[in-house]
Amino acid sequence: MEWIFEPWPWYVAGPLIALIMFLLIFIGKQFGMSSNLRTMCTMCGADKKADFFAFNWKDQRWNLMVVVGAAIGGFIGAHFLSNDVSVAINPDTITKLQSLGIESAGKAYLPTELFGLGALTDIKSLAILLIGGLLIGFGARYAGGCTSGHAISGLSNLQLPSLIAVIGFFAGGLFMIHVLFPLIF
Amino acid sequence: MKRTLSYLFIGIFFGIVMFKSEAASWFRIYEMFNFQSFHMYGIIGSALVIGIIGIQLIKRNNVKSFYGEPIKFSPKDRGVSRYLYGGIIFGLGWALAGACPGPIYTLIGAGYLPIIVVLIGSLLGTFLYGLLRKKLPH
Repeated sequence: MEWIFEPWPWYVAGPLIALIMFLLIFIGKQFGMSSNLRTMCTMCGADKKADFFAFNWKDQRWNLMVVVGAAIGGFIGAHFLSNDVSVAINPDTITKLQSLGIESAGKAYLPTELFGLGALTDIKSLAILLIGGLLIGFGARYAGGCTSGHAISGLSNLQLPSLIAVIGFFAGGLFMIHVLFPLIF
Repeated sequence: MKRTLSYLFIGIFFGIVMFKSEAASWFRIYEMFNFQSFHMYGIIGSALVIGIIGIQLIKRNNVKSFYGEPIKFSPKDRGVSRYLYGGIIFGLGWALAGACPGPIYTLIGAGYLPIIVVLIGSLLGTFLYGLLRKKLPH
């Protein structure tokens, strides 16, 4: 059972994600995480500002339970199922990140430059996190889904719109990392 | 109540898988966009192969849900602009914050507090889309 405390390989994680999608399908729901952001906006009263948010959010309570679970799962994974959370990425990737000033590469789960407590008092880190979030929320709703809704659920159902969205995800990601990162970091 | 608990357990399972597979790690996303590891492609690819086969089997055999109801797959609305532009914007954010919407919650649970700033940003981004939706090409 020692393997459970090690990072899980892709051939374990991928099939488990498919299993999660099928569990939701067999309950009569769909696997999609970003729609919860819309639900939360409605709960905060966004329906008074735009009719996009005018829907009965209580129908989406089931998905809110899934994200509450996702947080609990993160707590369990980090605190009870891991000995060492540092991520053993490719040594070439580590060198590349160090040249960008991200020294925590290879030594942590997330870059401490962005996700350590010090980031909360650093204007640049806060701006990166906030803008990253803005793009995620805006883009996911504009595209009608995120990695779970399009790259997993949509492509599994052979949806052309999902393929277009996933091509967009990669175009945006590659542009960010290869063109914008050297300017940002 | 029983259904509510089953959603909670599916979520817990999902959160553990996201954390333990390192799909919730900023570093893995960066490595993926540098094509320097098969890890993330293996996760998405193997989920996809199983997903495609499973959904075909459900459709061809008219498999019923746990509650005996027919399983419906709703096709996505046709179009190009919204998927392409929305996808690119999402990709920019995915690479910058290193998290997609599911792992955001997982990382909050794991105790990385600054990820809450990403959550606030993504709620604002969703709200902004709702305000601007009618002015955007779809």
